[in-house]
Amino acid sequence: MKALGELAEVIRSKNAGPFIVTFDILFGDEETFEAVRSAGMLNRQAVCGLYGVSDNELLGFDFYPFARAVKFSLRRPVGSGGPRDADVYGAQQHAPLLDLAVLP
Amino acid sequence: MIERKREDEFVVVSNGMLGYGFREESLRDAVAAGVDLIACDAGSSDPGPYYLGTGKPFVGDAMILRDLRLMVKAGADAGVPLIIGSAGGAGGDGQVDHLLTLLGRVMEELGLDRKVAVLRSELDRETVREAVEEGRVRTFETGAALTVEDVDAAAHIVAQVGPESYFRALAGRPDILVVGRAWDVSNIAALPLMQGHDRGLALHMGKILECGSLAARPTGGGDLILGRLRDDHFIVEPTHPEKACTEASVSAHTFYEKSDPVMLAGPGGSVDLRRTRFDQIDPRRIRVSGSAFREAERYTVKLEGARLAGHRALTVGGARDPAFIRSIDAIQEAVREKIRETQAGFIDPSQYSITFHRYGLDGVMGAWEPNRQAAHEIGILIDVVAETPEIAEAVCGLARSTILHVPFEGRRATAGNIAFPFSPAEIPAGPVYEFNIYHLMEIDEPESFGRLEWLQ
Repeated sequence: MKALGELAEVIRSKNAGPFIVTFDILFGDEETFEAVRSAGMLNRQAVCGLYGVSDNELLGFDFYPFARAVKFSLRRPVGSGGPRDADVYGAQQHAPLLDLAVLP
Repeated sequence: MIERKREDEFVVVSNGMLGYGFREESLRDAVAAGVDLIACDAGSSDPGPYYLGTGKPFVGDAMILRDLRLMVKAGADAGVPLIIGSAGGAGGDGQVDHLLTLLGRVMEELGLDRKVAVLRSELDRETVREAVEEGRVRTFETGAALTVEDVDAAAHIVAQVGPESYFRALAGRPDILVVGRAWDVSNIAALPLMQGHDRGLALHMGKILECGSLAARPTGGGDLILGRLRDDHFIVEPTHPEKACTEASVSAHTFYEKSDPVMLAGPGGSVDLRRTRFDQIDPRRIRVSGSAFREAERYTVKLEGARLAGHRALTVGGARDPAFIRSIDAIQEAVREKIRETQAGFIDPSQYSITFHRYGLDGVMGAWEPNRQAAHEIGILIDVVAETPEIAEAVCGLARSTILHVPFEGRRATAGNIAFPFSPAEIPAGPVYEFNIYHLMEIDEPESFGRLEWLQ
């Protein structure tokens, strides 16, 4: 089993406006990107399980060959910088992805 | 070494954030090689709603003055316009005024008398209320429709103006154009669009350049970035000799802070990147081609509004006892219940909210945290937001004393549950704002949108 943290060059989260956090996974080379894509373990269900969200809360999960990238977004439970928010920039929501097994 | 500007290209040098600094030689070299425009973003909604709500800037004056001096002087020496968008951070009228004061100081110091245009984009509540009533405001990423009550509650409302709204100002040939809240791309794309350049390419170039050297590698140490817009492509290059734009850095930046990386939505339509090519033409430069504009049915501007959500008081403490850490959920409930009980008839629970940030457990990710294994010690930040500063401090004080002594299952340390690092433990933290407007407003005439003023 190989985890995403061993394979991707960039794994990050960041606000895309005050109400959405967007996640980027960028691979350093074509081979790794294709291997992860064809293994099929990095999918909507895996991401939903990791973040404890339902499928309709997961926005735009997709593979983008032109950037050797995977992107998805989540709607924030509360708006950025308002009461009860814990991450104004949305920049520390990516960490669970590091341990996600994506290759057998 | 920056290549000399060609006759058939529009060259823009872009500063991603006014006051965050750049290398002085970068601007000098870019201007010496020939530019048509110095563009500068000065704001963002990223630091949160507080800045729009209070009208305070989030970058210090000294830092802004430094960047401003260099750019105003470079613009004057080269005889090219300087465009600054999202002035003051959130782009409200008060923030625009503050930037104009700083700009006045810089011009006086430099002994320059520049022709300054100001395009304001703060909206009065009546304008937005009318738009709501006429059905011209669309639900956007909040998932909720805008109500007249939201409009009335907002401390300030701004609109992110598109490049078309700059045309009227640019037609008067200002040396410096200061804009209120702006779609970041506008600062870069407005002038070339006005000169007839391709809309898809101009907007896409704006999108890549708007964060400065973030589209180059290595990313540390912010600097400027340069774009050359030609007939059927544009070229992106860093102004810092040790940075490089690569296919990976530029295409990765296309993803940054956007939920849809292939259709970049903005006022008036979207840039379609499905046929975009990123070609490495030399080790430091990328050529981008194929980006196409898709016009929307209606022209919209994004509205941002912030309202006062309450006043904050907070306290921070740490827990080391394993039985306490195991019972943390029940302890929180007991604290809430105890406050409700003792304050019955005095302070109603609807007048305050208590948030427990539990660092070492799920303080960073909350409900999204998949790892429920607590660390051997946890930090607890008790965050109270209430109707008045007095209620916030009272509730925070009660939460502090209650969590210190509340009994829990398996407790053997009966003298106190939490290590507080401070005395006093409660910290009043001022007003708290929240974005209560983040919607799209349809407008009919983008060219006449915003309030234009001229300063001489």
